[in-house]
Formats: sequence, C-alpha cells, structure tokens
Amino acid sequence: MTPSEQLAQYIVSGITQGSIYALIALGFVTIFNVTGIINFSQGEFAVIGAFLAITVAQKVSLFRGQLPVALEWPLPLAILVGVLGAILVGMLLYRFGIQPARHASVLSQIVVTIGASIALRGMVLLAWGTDPYRLAPFTAAKPLRLFGAVITRQSLWVMGLTFVAVVGLYFFFRFTMLGKALRASSANPDAARLMGINTRRMGLVAFALSAALGALGGIVITPSIFMTYDRGLMLSLKGFVAMIMGGLTDPFGAVIGGLLLGTVESLAAGLISSGYRDAFTFVVLFLVLLLRLGGLVGRKTSQELERAGL
Amino acid sequence: MRDKRRALLGIVTGVALIITACAPAATPAPTQPPAPTQAPAATEAPVGAPTEVPAPEEGEPYLLGAFFSTTGPVSSLGQPEADTMTMVVEAINAGGGVLGPDGKLHQVELKMYDDQSDATKAVEVVKKLIDEDKVPVIVGGTGSPSSIAVIETVTTAGVPFVSVASSSKIVNAADGSQNHWVFKTPQQNLPVAQVQLDWMKAHGFTKVASIGVNNAFGADSMAALNQVTADGGIEIVWEGTFEPGTTDFSSQLTAIAGTDAVALVVHATPGEGAPLTVQFRDLGFEIPIIHNHGIGNRAFIDTAGASAEGVLFPIGKLLVASQLPDSDPQKATLLQYLADYDNKYGKPASTFGGHAWDGVMMVKAAFEAVGPDSAAIRDFLETKITNFVGISGIFNISAEDHTGIGKESLVLVEIKDGDWVFVPPDQYANVP
Repeated sequence: MTPSEQLAQYIVSGITQGSIYALIALGFVTIFNVTGIINFSQGEFAVIGAFLAITVAQKVSLFRGQLPVALEWPLPLAILVGVLGAILVGMLLYRFGIQPARHASVLSQIVVTIGASIALRGMVLLAWGTDPYRLAPFTAAKPLRLFGAVITRQSLWVMGLTFVAVVGLYFFFRFTMLGKALRASSANPDAARLMGINTRRMGLVAFALSAALGALGGIVITPSIFMTYDRGLMLSLKGFVAMIMGGLTDPFGAVIGGLLLGTVESLAAGLISSGYRDAFTFVVLFLVLLLRLGGLVGRKTSQELERAGL
Repeated sequence: MRDKRRALLGIVTGVALIITACAPAATPAPTQPPAPTQAPAATEAPVGAPTEVPAPEEGEPYLLGAFFSTTGPVSSLGQPEADTMTMVVEAINAGGGVLGPDGKLHQVELKMYDDQSDATKAVEVVKKLIDEDKVPVIVGGTGSPSSIAVIETVTTAGVPFVSVASSSKIVNAADGSQNHWVFKTPQQNLPVAQVQLDWMKAHGFTKVASIGVNNAFGADSMAALNQVTADGGIEIVWEGTFEPGTTDFSSQLTAIAGTDAVALVVHATPGEGAPLTVQFRDLGFEIPIIHNHGIGNRAFIDTAGASAEGVLFPIGKLLVASQLPDSDPQKATLLQYLADYDNKYGKPASTFGGHAWDGVMMVKAAFEAVGPDSAAIRDFLETKITNFVGISGIFNISAEDHTGIGKESLVLVEIKDGDWVFVPPDQYANVP
C-alpha cells in the first residue's frame, strides 16, 4: 500500500469502528435525554446481545462445557434473539435497578448502572467464559476496494446499519406518538405527566431502545473483531466519550462524535503508536472537556448539564 | 456554571477510576472457587496401597504445589495444564504412590490453585503454597507474566519451581546465569525463532514484518526473532505491538501493508492471534503468515475458522504425534499421553497440558530419588534430568540451561483443512 492508500485504509477502519461507538453513544443519549442518567452498562448490552446471537447461531458450550447448545438458527433470527434478549435485560435493569432508586440523586442512579455493568459482566463470564467468540460474516464475498483501501463486506454492514439506526431514530422521535412522548418527558417531565404521558414507562422505553441499539452494534461488529466477555467496559467508555464530544443530548452529535473518535483512534494508532490506541481516546476526552465543555457539536449544553444534575 | 464543570470533571475522574478499578475486576470473578482442587484419589490414600506380597510400607504423603490460570485470558492454556496435573497425580496415587528413597510408598497430595491469569494473584497463591501448605516443590505458572512474578518468592523461600510458561526470562537471570530455583518445561522462544528462520531461509525471504502482544511472552518471542534474524541475514522491516485483549488490528495491518515485507511473523496466543489472522485475511494480504507456538491449541482453529488455513507455526511434537516418523524417540510417550488424556477427559490433549506433564513427571522422578526435600529436589532437577523423554522434548537440564530442550524438539506445523499437518524440514520451501 502507498502512504495515501494507507491513509484511506485508516479512515475506513476508523469509520467502521466509530460506527459502533456511535451506536453505543446513541444509546447513551436516548437514556440521558429521557431519564437524565448516564447508563454505564450500555456497553454490556452490546456484549449480551452479541453473545445471545452467537449462542443461537452456532454450536457453543456454555458454563465451561456443562451446557452444549447447537441450535444453529439462521442469522436474522439470531440477530432478533440477541436484540430482544438485550431489550429484556435493559428493561429489567430499569425496573429493578433504576426505578427503585428513582428518589435518589442522578449520581446515585449512575452508580447503580456501573454496578449493574459489573454484575452483567460477571454473568457473561460465568456463562460464556473468557474465550473470544465470532459470528460468521453476514455476507461472504470478496472485500471491496476504494482509493486503495480495503472495505470488508462486514464494514459495509456496520456502516449501513448505523446509518439506518440514525435515520430510523430521527423518524421515530419526530413522527411517532411514542417518540414524541419520549421527547416530551425529556423536555418537561411535569407537563408531560399533566398531558397523560406515563413518564415512568418512558424510562422503560428508553432503556429498551438503548439496549436494542447496543445489541445491534455488538452483533454487527462480532464477525470482524470478535466478542469477549470484557468488551463492554471499553465500549461504554468510548461511547461515553463520543456522547460528550457530541454535546451530551444531541443524537446526531453523538453519531458524529463516534465516527470522529473512531477515526482519530485509527489514525493515531496507525501513524503514531498502536500500543496506545485506547490512550488516545482519553486524551481526546480530556481535550474536549478542557477546551469545550459543550462538546464539539452541541451548543446549549450548560442548560442540559444543569438538568442532569451535573 | 463553574460548579457544574467541576462536577462533570468529577464524573470523568470517576470514570478514570472505574477504568483502573475495573481493569482487575474485569478479569475473572472466579468461576471455580480458588480452593485447592485436590485430586479425589488422594483422600482415599490409606486404602489405596496395593496389598500384594512384599508391599512396601506406606509413608507420609508427599505434598506437591501447583498453580495454573484456569480462569482469565490464558485459561485456554491453563485448563489443560490443571487437568493434566490432576490426571497424572491420580494415576500415580492409583498405582500406590511414589516409592521414595526411604523405601516407603507415598501418595502425592496435590495442592492446586487458580491464579486467574493475574500475576499479582500468582504471587499470592505461591506464598500460600509455601507458607500455609508447606509444599517442597511447585509446578505451574501458566502465563509468562505469572511465572516471572513468582521467581522472587520461590527464590527467597528456597522452593524449586518448574514453570510451564515459555519466556526465557523465567530461567535466565539478569547476570546471564540461570535462576537457581527455577526450571521450565516449554521450549525457549529462541529455538522457535530458529525454526521460523529455517523456514524463511528455505523460501529465500529477506524482509519480514513482526507483530506481537505487549507482554512478557510477546516481547521475549520478538526479541528471539530479532536475535536469530540478525544472525541469519533477514531484515525485520516493520515491528509493532498490541495490548493484550486487543481484537482490532486494522491499523497495524494497514501499516504492514505499506512495507515491502514478504511474510508476517505473529507472537500471540489465540485470544489475539485468531482475530489478527482473520483480519489479515479479510484485508486481502497475499504474503504468508507464521505464528509462534502460542496458537498451538484447538481454540485458534475454532475461532479463526477458514482464515486459519495455511497458517504455519513451530511447536512441540504433540500436536502431530501420530504423523511423526516411527524413528522419533518421543513418539511412544506422546501417543500414550494423548490416549490417557482422551480416556479421562474425552478431548484431545494440548501442548500446554504436555508442559505440565513434563513438570510433574520430573518432580516424580525427584521424589523417587531424594524425597520431599526442597534443596535436594532442586539439585536433582539440575543434575539428573538427562535424556528425559517428555512431551515438550527430550530434556538435558544443566546448571547452564534450566530448560534443556532445543530446536530438535520442535516441528513446523501447517493448518490445513482445519487440522494440524506435520511439515518435515525438507518441505519448508513448499509451505504454505
């Protein structure tokens, strides 16, 4: 590869990776907008979704070989199982983790999500162990070449899915009653309640939606970068950074933040040093926090922060 | 506003704390209680001894300390090691035990712990083995980091330690001598690199790229490759590392694509080695890829799938035992171990379990000759292990070499149709 082809490759890899951060960040933003909580178990949704899909899609043995599973369902069904499973986990988390603590401060509720993420990670470890797992690529075909950069079919799936999720969310929030109700309870919970919106149920919906986004992200990256039980923490942190870059409340900002973060990471790892890949993310986080508290994209965030109790 | 900014920074600091706090917490909550997993047979010791005519008297059981990483990132190596240890000790005890120098039969009482793939935890369990269980000798240390971490502890206590990990730093002291109390059964990384070099020379390669995991195992393997290629006239045109647990290698592979390397050498275990190989293939590389012995278990083929086809790596002979020529002196021992392991666990034995087999069989020989005395066991291991036919090789341990096996104990293996295929040295130029 020539240097310019390499550059193109770094950007393609970065955008692919960044799409995942974007999906996770979208989940963060959705929950934050509706409940004011930063849900640090967001990355675990991706892990759980992916592991459930893997479990029904291929032969695996769970609980250290105690429970062999050989369903080998077709991929679309496996994805559905993964997403629905994650939604269930998300709803259970809200119902039994967040709701009982609804009178506590937002900060305490955030701590609940951190605890939940550790617990969920432990459960995944018990069931699936420490080995990396992989799903077969969604479509098997030769990778494409663009400006000398190699784009695998799976990268196309990742980018395409992220795009569909963003557009879908936009229409959902703009044009559906449920989406409008969610926005209403985020904008003014009291008024929303007066209008007959069950804001508690809206929290549940937000968690379900975020879990679905996370699970989709987790499933779609598994064919190219595998899934391990401890992947969730890093995904949560990267998604969180992307969310802050995007200005906390803006779904589009979150997506741009995610893509930007992935690209910066990929370029830095390739051009500077691959050993410090993750370190660059946190350098970016600190720079954003120090230079522009409002995020790179968002503007009116001080108000939002105030509302979040930050 | 300023308050809010401070509060937000507080959150971020909190996040940073989570990273540091969770990094160890993320590594395994034990899936098995770390209580000693004693070989069941050991508890039946009093009735187990044979009662035939001149039955030797029964003596006190001999204690044997062991620790492996049965959970955590290197558990795919540690589990077969622990299983082998349990199996061999059970077999010894079922046969009456070890006939010690006092003429009495001694059961072997195994004290085995899980270090959770964590070097700090390894030191803790080794201290426990020495201080509480009072074992005279220890076998274990699945990963090189775990093994290296406990050197100081066993040296201070004067307890011989037979490591099952491969880094040369385990036995090589900084001053060029061998660590007095430490031995190891896996081949050094140096002979592995020598086989890789032989293969490159057979092809006439002069420029290669090298990528390895950023820990003791990867660093040692990379250093060995640098050493042999410098002597062998081969240039490493690109060298890079990645953190343990990394699964996205697109940046590194892209950088390699920009060089004129004609082969890629990888120093990793399946956790990273499999995704790296998959992405290497996905990116459409046409140069061959050669790994080191770190990927020598089934997990690699299972996770890398079709991408594993054509991958080469040097390793001990166990993987391809049945394909070896009958003239090979290790063949019978290897086939016996494979059969025993398969009978007991119903799955194929791995090279890593073989490292544990070598360790416990050497200790058994030492018990027979000198009994449970730490200093005497150490001297025995250093001076009396000659032409010892093991799983990892034929050992000739000496004061200058606490590993005792060289390039002859290794073979080059190619992955073909999802299986390992023995490559005889005269065929190196034809693979992959």
